[in-house]
Amino acid sequence: MPVTVLLPGVLRAIADGQAKLEVQAPAPATLADVLDAVSERYPALGRRLRDESRGLRRYVNFYVDGEECRYLGGADAPVAADAEIQVIPSVAGG
Amino acid sequence: MTQKVLLAIGTRKGLFLATNSGADWEVTGPHHPMTDVYAVAIDTRRDTPRLLAAVTSEHWGPSVAVSDDLGATWSEPDHAPVAFPEDTDTALARVWQLAPGPDSEPDLVYAGVEPSALFKSTDGGKNYELVRGLWDHPHRERWTPGFGGMAVHSVIPHPSDASRVTVAMSTGGVYVSTDGGESFSASNEGIKAYFLPDPFPEFGQCVHKIAQHPDRPDQFFAQNHHGVYRSDDGAHTWKSIADGLPSDFGFPMVVHPHRPETIYTFPLTADAMRFPPDGRCRVYRSDDAGATWTALANGLPAEGFWTAVMRDAMCVDDADPAGVYFGARSGEVYASRDEGESWTLVAAHLPDVLSVRAAVI
Repeated sequence: MPVTVLLPGVLRAIADGQAKLEVQAPAPATLADVLDAVSERYPALGRRLRDESRGLRRYVNFYVDGEECRYLGGADAPVAADAEIQVIPSVAGG
Repeated sequence: MTQKVLLAIGTRKGLFLATNSGADWEVTGPHHPMTDVYAVAIDTRRDTPRLLAAVTSEHWGPSVAVSDDLGATWSEPDHAPVAFPEDTDTALARVWQLAPGPDSEPDLVYAGVEPSALFKSTDGGKNYELVRGLWDHPHRERWTPGFGGMAVHSVIPHPSDASRVTVAMSTGGVYVSTDGGESFSASNEGIKAYFLPDPFPEFGQCVHKIAQHPDRPDQFFAQNHHGVYRSDDGAHTWKSIADGLPSDFGFPMVVHPHRPETIYTFPLTADAMRFPPDGRCRVYRSDDAGATWTALANGLPAEGFWTAVMRDAMCVDDADPAGVYFGARSGEVYASRDEGESWTLVAAHLPDVLSVRAAVI
């Protein structure tokens, strides 16, 4: 099933300059499944979104159709066909 | 004539590169902005030195970047260059140390990391594999984090025997392998762990830094979490060399590039008072392997220096006479081109300095 992933500007250079990725995920899918598909196409992008144990980076937020994924089960958040996943670095640091 | 030196300065918010023209320094950067650079290495085993930088973004995670043109351009592999294997169920927090191997193995580079582990590269520092001998050590479950995390922060490959490597971690102590990393033995006899019920345990010490001169591979120096030590028998046993220092607390320990008996450190008052004694900025040098110490302060702030020098924020170059360098958490970097006799400011107002390395280019 198709899913759209929206990238912040800082990550676009490692995704062929794209702001919007169209990926195919198995149905039913979780956020982890979508990120697996992203990592397969763009490993340099995938490792910036998750660590090697497939954990979501602490200061990277994933909004699944507008809802922060941590309220939906984190990496296990269900993702529907044609969903839009927005990647936004959290406001952190000093 | 003053030799041209490249000084790499890793900070909390990126890497800065300084080169000298005579007595003046030109600083570029930040390279890799908004990453903490706990470790940087200048691998001089190549015609053009290779720069390796451990860069960790709070957002996007850790990596190792490599430059073969003295920092003009950098590269990283698509996949994570340092990553724990799946069966460990562990994720890399950051790389704390990058250590080129002996001249006989020009593509061997080690990485010490958090959580405490050792990785090994056989392609010049681009890609690394976990050294299982340390990871599988039965002591590992009893290593504990220090204030800054739990990491292998010191890696000293033997200068001529690629099967031997010595590491140190906080906390955990010193471990030695003589079989290429297949196995490691704790090597802390004589190093005090005053914060444990048994003050002289087999392991568990909070060693802050160890150093060695390649001409004396059996002699090591250690700056401990209270305690300054020397080993003359390959890190098996250690004895105190703290007499003559204003404090036995501090982080760096550096050996002169040409005189194995000359060492440098930067004392802080105490664990609970992590400032230079009296707020005076002073490097201490011993020219007799720790028997006596001399304060070096010519050109350094005589008062009001309420900051600290971290474990990798002091280094020497390979010039003759040797250059000595250190950076402070308050963003100043100082250089001495005469082995510590006098100092000049290289840069100020940088982010917290975490690591420095220098080499003649």
